[in-house]
Amino acid sequence: MRATAYQRKLDVKNGRIDLSHGAGGRAMAQLISGLFHEAFGNEWLARGNDQAAFDVGAGRMVMTTDGYVVSPLFFPGGNIGSLAVHGTINDVAMGGARPLYLSASFIIEEGFRFSDLKTIADSMGEAARAAGVYIITGDTKVVERGKADGLFISTTGVGVLADGLDLSAEKARVGDRVLVSGSLGDHGTAIMSRRQNLAFETEIVSDSAALHDLVALMVAAGGSSIRVMRDPTRGGLAAMLNEIAHQSGLGFRLQEEAIPVKPAVAAACELLGLDPLHVANEGKLVAIVAPDMADAVLAAMKAHPLGCDAADIGEAVADNHQFVQMSTGFGGGRIVDWLAGEQLPRIC
Amino acid sequence: MKYADEFRDKTIARGLARAIGAEAESQSEYRFMEFCGGHTHAISRYGLEDMLPANVRMIHGPGCPVCVLPASRIDMAIRLAERPEVTLCVYGDLMRVPGSQGKSLLTAKAFGADIRMVYSTLDAIRIAEQAPNREVVFFAIGFETTTPPTAVMIRLAEKKWLKSFSVFCNHVLTPSAMHSILESPDIRNIGRVEVDGFLGPAHVSAIIGTEPYEVLAQQFGKPIVIAGFEPLDMMQAILMLVRQVNEGRHEVENQYSRAVTRKGNRRAQEEVSDIFELRDQFEWRGLGLVPHSGLKLKQAYAQFDAEMRFAMHEVRVADNPACECGAILRGVKRPVDCELFGTVCTPEIPTGSCMVSSEGACAAHWTYGRFRDYQLRRA
Ligand code: SF4
Repeated sequence: MRATAYQRKLDVKNGRIDLSHGAGGRAMAQLISGLFHEAFGNEWLARGNDQAAFDVGAGRMVMTTDGYVVSPLFFPGGNIGSLAVHGTINDVAMGGARPLYLSASFIIEEGFRFSDLKTIADSMGEAARAAGVYIITGDTKVVERGKADGLFISTTGVGVLADGLDLSAEKARVGDRVLVSGSLGDHGTAIMSRRQNLAFETEIVSDSAALHDLVALMVAAGGSSIRVMRDPTRGGLAAMLNEIAHQSGLGFRLQEEAIPVKPAVAAACELLGLDPLHVANEGKLVAIVAPDMADAVLAAMKAHPLGCDAADIGEAVADNHQFVQMSTGFGGGRIVDWLAGEQLPRIC
Repeated sequence: MKYADEFRDKTIARGLARAIGAEAESQSEYRFMEFCGGHTHAISRYGLEDMLPANVRMIHGPGCPVCVLPASRIDMAIRLAERPEVTLCVYGDLMRVPGSQGKSLLTAKAFGADIRMVYSTLDAIRIAEQAPNREVVFFAIGFETTTPPTAVMIRLAEKKWLKSFSVFCNHVLTPSAMHSILESPDIRNIGRVEVDGFLGPAHVSAIIGTEPYEVLAQQFGKPIVIAGFEPLDMMQAILMLVRQVNEGRHEVENQYSRAVTRKGNRRAQEEVSDIFELRDQFEWRGLGLVPHSGLKLKQAYAQFDAEMRFAMHEVRVADNPACECGAILRGVKRPVDCELFGTVCTPEIPTGSCMVSSEGACAAHWTYGRFRDYQLRRA
């Protein structure tokens, strides 16, 4: 991975990835130094080793890893790169931890445009810098045309957890409040509307964002009265609460009217036959909080721009069947279930 | 979502619920069948059952085109997709429907069949244009609502000279199925629950109008109210049905007048009748062979008819004997009455067709309403 002076410059504007960019030779080194190092720029990468040594603060380490295979790669509000950085930061943060370092591994399809790769790498660098996190090691592979859908990214993140904090699903108790940090369904609907070329009057923008600052505020306000924190990504709020219900052996009872959903998102979901509760979010979190501290944590959330629409949407209840139930805005009751398979638009 | 909120207002809903409660006579039972899967879905999704008095019961009818598609047609589609020269374009919710061997289009795709999920008929046309050397087949399915787009697609394919494009036609007709529920030869075997009235389909009626239901209402002496898909639409329609029953009337009434007229959409009807003609009979899952209930392409469009083009043969296959779909589609049984419900048969691995589409009675109950079963048992 050492970056030295090389022959011709990368033609970022018109060039494309070819198999040589993954072959371990000069072209690959040039790609890494000319594109990734430039975008991620930090002292650890600059040393050009196959690994990075770093300091860790006091407390317990937290580690997570995730793969990003999204289509389309670019969407309103971000792209696969910023998404990969935010997503991994959030996974670390949901443990209550402060994220520190990331690794990034790229699987690139032969023929991929340099210009697109640069846009993606730049937005990763930007997202990481904005979050005060460093991408300190990585890997690049190029596969033949047809063997990957443009670009796959996988990222690993590490962070540190303050002593005494231990968030976990089985800690939820009857009576705990369910808090969400903002409106649901934005990311998934933005992607879907782009996939189907739907021109809505108001463009729906992904909520992709790094939530660790918000988490820090919440932890400061609520400490260990925050029992569980999770970001409702794929499968949405529905899948996430069902998971927690199974892990904790409890049920949940929600109030549909309290759940924030933007009008444009609700309308788009209606059109596509989707349920916003099943749709992915990339910049929202859900916290299960002991009832006596719920208001304080909610107030802390509202004080942060990423939590200004935070809401208390329901509570944990005793239920052997571990149902997530909801009183509908209409006045009836229903289950909020996992999705079976992929969420597919209905035909009529 | 201003437009929809007006039709989901809790206060108005409570008012309607009170009116239904007041008008439904306590000594009588009111059993209304919503024919359409869209209604079934909405009833469960908004928890409408909780708002009705105990003596007003909704029966989920067969109105989901995915649910009533027999396993044999899925088998045919799988066999077609497995031909190396064929690309099959399919709506997403058909992908998981099991054929007779438990194999679905999703499994066929995993084993290498070229199956593409599409969102509209135009996607299929685009795929055909991009792959002129492939035989591109569109798996057409649905009631009267989705037939006009298929007709338009065939016209477009003709205009564009798409020589290797065809349609596997599974379009079916609503009134024939309602007829068959009320009167079919195997009612003696399955039995039948008394239906006191029908909630008529919304979108379907926007195309065909309310007129085709008039003879049904007369012949069987059952009131039919055409209702929109919003929960308030349905509540209002239920109130209209209760009134008709109380007054001994059996008319076709139109709650959904903002979209439905008596004569329907003439242009769409003409488009359909130009291209399609009635089949003598068509198999419905759970209902068996229903006379004059399906459509096929006219001879003049035979080149676009996949069944002709690939000499496809239908082999009728028996459904899983434990599956109660047939009785459920007729309202004779409820999902919990099927011993496979929630054990062998769930939306993840459906056995019967009612569990596949979110509009199927079993799937709707499993996904939104199954907590009520435990409440009942506890009570
Ligand atoms: S539970 Fe499954 S097998 Fe039983 S009737 Fe419903 S769909 Fe058929």
